[in-house]
Amino acid sequence: MRKAFLPLLVVTAAMFAYAPVMIAHADYESTMGLVQKVMYFHAPSGMVMLISAVVCGVASALFLWRKDPAADRVALAAAELTALFGLIVLVTGPLWARKAWGVWWVWEARLTMSFVGWLIAVGYLFVRKYGGPGSDKLGAALAVFGTANVPFIYVSVNIWRTMHPMTTVVPTLQAGMRGAFWFSALTLFMLYGLLLTARVHLERQRAVLDELYLAEEDRS
Amino acid sequence: MMRRLLVIVWLVAAAAAPVLAMQPPAAQSEYVPVKDLPPVDQLPAAPLLVAAYSFIWLVAMFYLWTIWRRLNKVETEMRALEQRQHRGGGR
Repeated sequence: MRKAFLPLLVVTAAMFAYAPVMIAHADYESTMGLVQKVMYFHAPSGMVMLISAVVCGVASALFLWRKDPAADRVALAAAELTALFGLIVLVTGPLWARKAWGVWWVWEARLTMSFVGWLIAVGYLFVRKYGGPGSDKLGAALAVFGTANVPFIYVSVNIWRTMHPMTTVVPTLQAGMRGAFWFSALTLFMLYGLLLTARVHLERQRAVLDELYLAEEDRS
Repeated sequence: MMRRLLVIVWLVAAAAAPVLAMQPPAAQSEYVPVKDLPPVDQLPAAPLLVAAYSFIWLVAMFYLWTIWRRLNKVETEMRALEQRQHRGGGR
């Protein structure tokens, strides 16, 4: 994976640079016009945020069950990325809403639950940084709780009457929009995979460093 | 007689309806400057779209840079520690 990392990063950067060309050529939506094109980054970022929250929760559950430090490293990396992609969703969404809805923010179900999901991820990171001994287990429990929020975020637009587009929008995209959307989505999924790999590697190196310090302490 | 007249009027009206419906919209009697539109309609979409895309680029690049920086710091510390241990073992 280490050898493939740099070429994959270059490919992802090239895809990121080419995505706006595809988006510019995609069909305009009839009611929102140009600003609807924010959807091509906003919706895939939302998907990545939810996937990352699930990765974090599953890895945390594994850590609680098997006490596997590798699972804890994945959970920590995924939590950081959930917060990162959540921030992207929470910034790009209002930029779209300002033009489409006339307001930056509305406290409706999808937006509020996404915000809560992001707060849980940020809360996890604070617990891990300042929680002291035992914060790994406390954080893992919080991450499992955060994963339980994911299905509610997803179905909120179908259950409650909201201003946010429903989940049926993506599967029913017309041919003129579908290509650009899935290209942008693939770019963000690849970016997520690469960032997760790099972040997990960092945690692994930190664990090695801790072991080296412990070995030195034992000798002295 | 009256009944026949009513039927003729009704038929003429029915025939005229589609013709009237196909009439072009009324001509513009005055121009409305953009500044007089509601605030949402005045807002240009392009800066919002560019801001959204730029934000993703900046955040992704910044995060990648923080990982690279943190990794560099850890690896420098590891090398220093290994050298210290090596020197200690040589004595």
